[in-house]
Amino acid sequence: MRHSRSLAAGIMLALGAAFLVVAPLGLKPYGIFILSMWAVMTIAAIGLNLTLGYAGQISLAQAAFVGIGAYLTAYLTTKGWPFWSTYMLGGVSCFAIGWLLGYPALRVQHHYLAFVTLAFNTLVYLIFRNEEWLTGGIYGISNVPRPVVLGWSMNGPREFYYFCLAHLALVSVATWWLLRSPWGLAFVALRENPIRALSLGVDTRRYTLMAFALGAGLGGISGALYAPLVQFIDPTPFALGLSLNLLLMVVLGGSGYFFGPFLGAIVAVLLPEWLRFTEGFYLMGYALLVIVLMAFSPSGLLGLADRLTRPAPRGAP
Amino acid sequence: MADLLQLLVAGLATGGIYALVAIGFTLLWQTSQTINFAQGEFVMLPAFFVLIGMGYFGLSFWPAVALGGALSVVLLGLVFKKLMVEPMIRHGVLPLVIATIGLAILMKEAVRQFYGADAWPFPVLAATTDVTVFGAVFAVQSLVILAICVAVVVALQLFLGGTRTGRCMQATAQNPTVARLLGIRVERMILYTFLINGALVTVASILITPIYLAKFTNGEWLGLYAFIAAIIGGFNQVRGAIAGGLLLGVVDNFAAVYLSSQYRTAIPLLILIVVVLFRPQGLLGRIEERTV
Repeated sequence: MRHSRSLAAGIMLALGAAFLVVAPLGLKPYGIFILSMWAVMTIAAIGLNLTLGYAGQISLAQAAFVGIGAYLTAYLTTKGWPFWSTYMLGGVSCFAIGWLLGYPALRVQHHYLAFVTLAFNTLVYLIFRNEEWLTGGIYGISNVPRPVVLGWSMNGPREFYYFCLAHLALVSVATWWLLRSPWGLAFVALRENPIRALSLGVDTRRYTLMAFALGAGLGGISGALYAPLVQFIDPTPFALGLSLNLLLMVVLGGSGYFFGPFLGAIVAVLLPEWLRFTEGFYLMGYALLVIVLMAFSPSGLLGLADRLTRPAPRGAP
Repeated sequence: MADLLQLLVAGLATGGIYALVAIGFTLLWQTSQTINFAQGEFVMLPAFFVLIGMGYFGLSFWPAVALGGALSVVLLGLVFKKLMVEPMIRHGVLPLVIATIGLAILMKEAVRQFYGADAWPFPVLAATTDVTVFGAVFAVQSLVILAICVAVVVALQLFLGGTRTGRCMQATAQNPTVARLLGIRVERMILYTFLINGALVTVASILITPIYLAKFTNGEWLGLYAFIAAIIGGFNQVRGAIAGGLLLGVVDNFAAVYLSSQYRTAIPLLILIVVVLFRPQGLLGRIEERTV
């Protein structure tokens, strides 16, 4: 029974991966753009899943980290810096900022992190909007160049899509490895029972902080890809709305499930494009879906699938 | 000096409104561990009920307010409690937080979809004239708002401290298990706090909407200010919420005049971060113990 379940999951995974590789061949540039956006947002959501799903902390600042990564890349690459250096810088600086931000907030009860990150996101947004000398204010930064990898230009939509997809694959493998390491197991222990983890000698505060900072770092990496994808950035996309949206993505897909963010990002990024004719009703339906899921399956769509396909416990009819 | 006094009164008036919203917020937290991320939208909505009452049913202002208030108490109090909080709270705090974020989006989008994205004018309670007291000019509106806020807070305190039901509610907030052992109907007391929250957000809505117009996005910053007021005052104290709200209103008004208007919204956020850093239990709050 267990065997057939993992076989089915494996087949679906292979089909999904094959679709992602083949899809751009049959899509118009706009479709490829949306698919690239899905990959970029999934990276940010994977980061948030580390914070929320594995360390059990609500962060409402993921959009700010995506924004910091995006602005760093946009500002520096338009000044002539090579992409890979700004990419690294985006990830590392967001990790450091996340560490500094989480350090005081995690001293106290966990919902304080939600409020502090909420305030942080709004502060960062205000800086993006008001510091015109640095960020271009509401006019933003335009003409962000796309990178050249080993002499091969990533300028076309298809090339850049594969570039984003490669990064998504890289991030997925790294996260997969992390979650199977002793660190990842400590993250899970934190979520399941922080006080028991503490009594077993896990330095809970340090691991929680680590999960939060790593999540922030992935947000920065996602932003570093966002800037050359859109090629124009302004403050609006990095307001609190995106943070809330990313949070709902993770929860909807299934927080604490490795593939939760992938699924959540499909619902939040791809579905609205296909369901465009529904206009404002889409968001209402989305919000309603989140509420209903929280009542019946707090572990999201994957949690629901898990429960429905799990063999009935022994003794049950 | 006269300028300072004027600013102070204007700040206390908006601060009083924040305090009402923050009190509701802390009441829900105390009795049922509900962190309501839709609290701002709860304040946004009653004004639209009143507008619908006036526009579609042709009611005059006060009957429309009564209708809006009744609808708010039922929908934002009873229905919110029965349909959202009760099924979810057993999963822990987190799913309910997420669900209220979803609820906030739902309410916002519903208003935009069914009523429109414009900012609608809303009737004022008092004439927009000024009075001069000791050389300082005060807006009558600010004084009326302040008076109503004080009246509501005093009434609430009298109810909580002076009546049997009020004291049962306080006992429920402090220790639900012991309260249940003492024969208090804990579930009913929790329901009362939700109804009170529904009434408080209605009052806040009627007071604040004439100033900022009725717009579907109002909840975003109102909710944020209510959180900040609750946290800087002390998350687990009604008087903390009052102090936090008033302080926030005053600081916000002074910041708008004496500091940059671009970074006006940043000041409350910075206060929040400083308070969480140095006094996480809030200015008047007490430290909550962890339970295993």
